[in-house]
Amino acid sequence: MQNSGFDVLLSLNNMRRLMQGLGVTLEIALISVMISIFLGVVYGLIMTTKNRAVYGLCRLYLEAFRIIPILVWLFLLFFGSALAFGSDLDGLLVSVIVFSMWGTAEMGDIVRGAVQSIPIHQRQSAEALGLRRIQVYRHVIIPQAVRRFVPAAINLVTRMIKTTSLVVFVGVTEILRVGKQIIEFNMMKNPMASFWIYAFIFIIYFILCYPISKFSKRLEAKWEC
Amino acid sequence: MKIQTERILEIEGLKKVYDGKPVLNGVDLTIHRGEVAVVIGPSGCGKTTLLKCINGLETHQEGVVRFGGKILGDGGLKWTLARQKIGMVFQSYDLFPHMTVMDNVMLGPVQVQKRPAAEVREQALELLERVGLSDRQKDFPRQLSGGQKQRIAIVRALCMNPELMLFDEVTASLDPEMVREVLDVMLGLARQGMTMLIVTHEMEFAKAAADRVIFMDEGVITEESEAREFFKSPRTERAKRFLNTFYFD
Repeated sequence: MQNSGFDVLLSLNNMRRLMQGLGVTLEIALISVMISIFLGVVYGLIMTTKNRAVYGLCRLYLEAFRIIPILVWLFLLFFGSALAFGSDLDGLLVSVIVFSMWGTAEMGDIVRGAVQSIPIHQRQSAEALGLRRIQVYRHVIIPQAVRRFVPAAINLVTRMIKTTSLVVFVGVTEILRVGKQIIEFNMMKNPMASFWIYAFIFIIYFILCYPISKFSKRLEAKWEC
Repeated sequence: MKIQTERILEIEGLKKVYDGKPVLNGVDLTIHRGEVAVVIGPSGCGKTTLLKCINGLETHQEGVVRFGGKILGDGGLKWTLARQKIGMVFQSYDLFPHMTVMDNVMLGPVQVQKRPAAEVREQALELLERVGLSDRQKDFPRQLSGGQKQRIAIVRALCMNPELMLFDEVTASLDPEMVREVLDVMLGLARQGMTMLIVTHEMEFAKAAADRVIFMDEGVITEESEAREFFKSPRTERAKRFLNTFYFD
């Protein structure tokens, strides 16, 4: 066991630093996800408009995030802000902004899809029973839209958590970067450190995302209509 | 003709234009309480639109619709009130897929009419019994066949205790074998004296159930007569041609 290099994970200091890195990862992910859900619902409802110009603008925004890689957006904002304001924005702030903008776009499209997927007949047969507009939404439209929204939204959340690994490139010290630092520090005395550190990070991402995606699968099965 | 009773529905000069095209071109129609009227006519003649104008799912531009003597819609009897007395069943059943059969049936009476749940449940069970589906009350719509869904949709409308029932081609998307079970329910209702306005392509059913046949073409009623008489000797050429398309000999 002496040369397996596993002891790199047993160092209390290393573990503490990795957990701090994980904290940053989660901070970016959770703040962005919350902003995305809130703004995404608003943005998604706006996207259900019949106004072609408004829809076109919303669509353009969405496509901008689908076509241009997130990494490019991060660079654009990080180095762009340096050019524009003379000093660069904090990498963490840039990350939260970019992830929220991206999340809002994708979340919005999920909301739009969920609302529009409810057939017009559902609304009509609810109205035919004498339900008021607000009751139609409360009892018929929203429960069905939520069932379609939640699994897709959860899927997006796991994508966002995973993609936070990109923020390394704008100087944010999240879990992956901490791992790299530990590996470099131990390069000479422990050549196997990279294996154990990356294996550990692999497991952390798995523990974060697997239950979420499992949960979404269960909801999907439960709500299958 | 049945003995003339109270007029429950009066439509005068109803006109509707949709996307620049006239759909209803001045429809006049009176339905008496307890009467079963069947509306037939070629596709796109405005039958469905006529039904939807009666409960306000479609708005009309000219003319009036009176229900129980009160003008419906703008400034008159509120649609949400009128719809409690005018039940409607659609071609595509449109049960709410996220609710059980029982919840589907109870939604209107409990949320709209604010009736006590226990009382509604009792009535719902009775009605489900009548259509032979009392054992499906806890099922979700996806577990039911088309014919079963449509019978539930009828129960859902009936549980509001409507005074008039509108049926919009309710068997048109059913497998042939399931058409009968739905029509039997409707025939039972007709015999019990429910006032019904039925849009259908089922001519044999129309013969059996209808007191009166209303033939529509291009947004107007072109012929209106007692059912037996209509099928034996339609007065207009157009109706004759239409009826002939249903026979092969």
